Amino acid sequence: MISIDQLSKQYGGTTVVDRVSMDIERNSITVIVGTSGSGKSTLLRMINRLVEPSSGRVFIDGSDTAAEPAHLLRRRIGYAIQGNGLFPHRTVAENIATVPRLLGWQPARVRARVEQLLSVFQLDAAQFAGKFPHQLSGGQQQRVGVARALAAEPALLLMDEPFGALDPIIRGKAQEDLLAIQRHFGTTIVLVTHDMDEAFRLGSRVAVMSQGRVLQYDRPAVLITRPADPFVSQLTGLADRAMRLLSLTTAGEAAVPGPSGALEIAASASLRDALSELLWRGADSVTVVDADGTVRGRLTVASILAHGRPG
Amino acid sequence: MADTMARRHRIDPLGALLAALGAAALLWLPFVVFKLNRILPGDARTLSQVLPLSASVACDAGLLLIALVALGVADSRVRLAAGLLGVIIVAAAVATAGNLLTPAGNRVVRVAPGSGFWLLLAAVALMATDAITRLRPRPAVRVLMLALFGAIAVGALAHGSFDHLSIMREYAVNADRFARELRQHVWLALSSLAAAIVVALPLGILCHRVPRLRAGALASLNVIQTIPAIALYGILMAPLGALAAAVPLAARLGIRGIGTAPAVLALFLYSLLPVVANTVAGLRRVSPAAVEAARGMGMTRWQILTAIELVLALPTILTGIRIVLVQNIGLVTVAALIGGGGLGVFVFQGIGQTAIDLVLLGAIPTVALAFAAAVLLDALVESMNRARQ
Repeated sequence: MISIDQLSKQYGGTTVVDRVSMDIERNSITVIVGTSGSGKSTLLRMINRLVEPSSGRVFIDGSDTAAEPAHLLRRRIGYAIQGNGLFPHRTVAENIATVPRLLGWQPARVRARVEQLLSVFQLDAAQFAGKFPHQLSGGQQQRVGVARALAAEPALLLMDEPFGALDPIIRGKAQEDLLAIQRHFGTTIVLVTHDMDEAFRLGSRVAVMSQGRVLQYDRPAVLITRPADPFVSQLTGLADRAMRLLSLTTAGEAAVPGPSGALEIAASASLRDALSELLWRGADSVTVVDADGTVRGRLTVASILAHGRPG
Repeated sequence: MADTMARRHRIDPLGALLAALGAAALLWLPFVVFKLNRILPGDARTLSQVLPLSASVACDAGLLLIALVALGVADSRVRLAAGLLGVIIVAAAVATAGNLLTPAGNRVVRVAPGSGFWLLLAAVALMATDAITRLRPRPAVRVLMLALFGAIAVGALAHGSFDHLSIMREYAVNADRFARELRQHVWLALSSLAAAIVVALPLGILCHRVPRLRAGALASLNVIQTIPAIALYGILMAPLGALAAAVPLAARLGIRGIGTAPAVLALFLYSLLPVVANTVAGLRRVSPAAVEAARGMGMTRWQILTAIELVLALPTILTGIRIVLVQNIGLVTVAALIGGGGLGVFVFQGIGQTAIDLVLLGAIPTVALAFAAAVLLDALVESMNRARQ
């Protein structure tokens, strides 16, 4: 677990991050969301000491991060940024091997890890290992960037607007992949974004930052139903907050017992998708099925609407 | 198809210019100048006046064919072959002219290549180099070609084919000194370049890191760059002379107001700006995201500098080094004025004696050296850029 304790950063007379304290759960995705200038990137960069805090401390699994040399700390923590920052003069395989080599892994182990990561990120090793970054598409570059950040098996991965440079369709795919990767490796991820949809889609917990302070730090549903601050409700969006709430629950989670019908929806789909499907078909109920076809129950318009209300 | 036909029949503009130059040179300019000794002005001879009729006609026919290729053939390989054939014809003609005009055993008369010869040679050589440029050979191939042509030229000179020409006469008299001054020339150019790299590379890195330093440093180096070489030698003479007088050790190390020390120092100063400026430019071109990622992954500052920043900046830095090397090879010539040695010795001695052949003995190898340096370093820069594309 990461524990952030009264962390502040001042530049000259300006306070960029103001006495932030928060605990980050292990094996989950925590998203820090805020407008530009809110201090969210600075907060993230103080975790791996790319920015040295003016005051306050960060503990990872109980040990103070200030206790070891910054570059050694960073080798234990994955780091992925917008525009991926791949080294243009190194191949995909060499890029991914960066931190393992810094850590002095045996070449065979490095090779095996690179191949494993390429296959996890759906990049054929024979085809991609020897390519240079500029020979890849934007989405592929981004995947290599994340693969590189995960190369040395870090328990913690920091991501600074990692999908900011991608177009919407590729971004959606990248977010899906990140959720899958997180489940696969169980990595603790802290991700910074200005995109509320992205925050709600990825974060098990979301911290909303403004003017250097964390206004609210909770589960997405709580941010919508019980915003702690007018800024939070403004950021989460008042007009479509009910739909946002629906999008946080899956059909599988909300399914209730009842007779099956012809119309089916995947258990992994959100209630928002289920409602949309019902409206489109003019139907009143839909059967929820697992990926293997097992019936999990059903959803009615009324049961879905019940999830779109606070409390 | 119609398009390629049209292109094939269009007249090549550069070819037209070269053909016109060559024709004018052949018809109206002296191919060789015959002199009774090395100082007296001689009388001009065209190619047809020198060579026997059959050889002269063969030469003219060959050159006419080459001119036609220059005008109307688009295939660069044919143009290259024609250009090279032209160089061989012109070289063979001037060698033959030298042999024919020199009475057996006479070491006093001089047969000097005339303006017509130089212009013809320039025209066919330009045609060949233009064809090479159009063929876009890989860097390694260009270096091989340079080595091959260099070897052929040196081989022909060593074989004695041109021994009756005035420049080779000057060489024969000065052979020992020539070897010594050539070595000195190369040594001056390279040592000042090496010293400049040792200083300019860290200075460039510092300028990149400290923006406030950048403007001041580049402006100062710019001022040095504007001082004419002779003036700079003059400026350095006084302080170095004083240093030698005050510190006997300096004098024993060879530091004096004139000679090698001020020459190397001046060349070193001239070399700083291109290397510093290109180091800064190269480092600025490095993607900030790559540096940020490198830091975020735990590379040390030194690792980032050596493994990321300098590697990515290297082609730009090498371009600066290429500028300096070519510039230095030229500037070393002036060093002869202050006793620095080098091929400039022949140039200034030749000017003093109004012996143009001696001037050329210094000038031609200087040009050849600079050309070879440019080809080598260009090839190096390009092979680096290719490696990452």
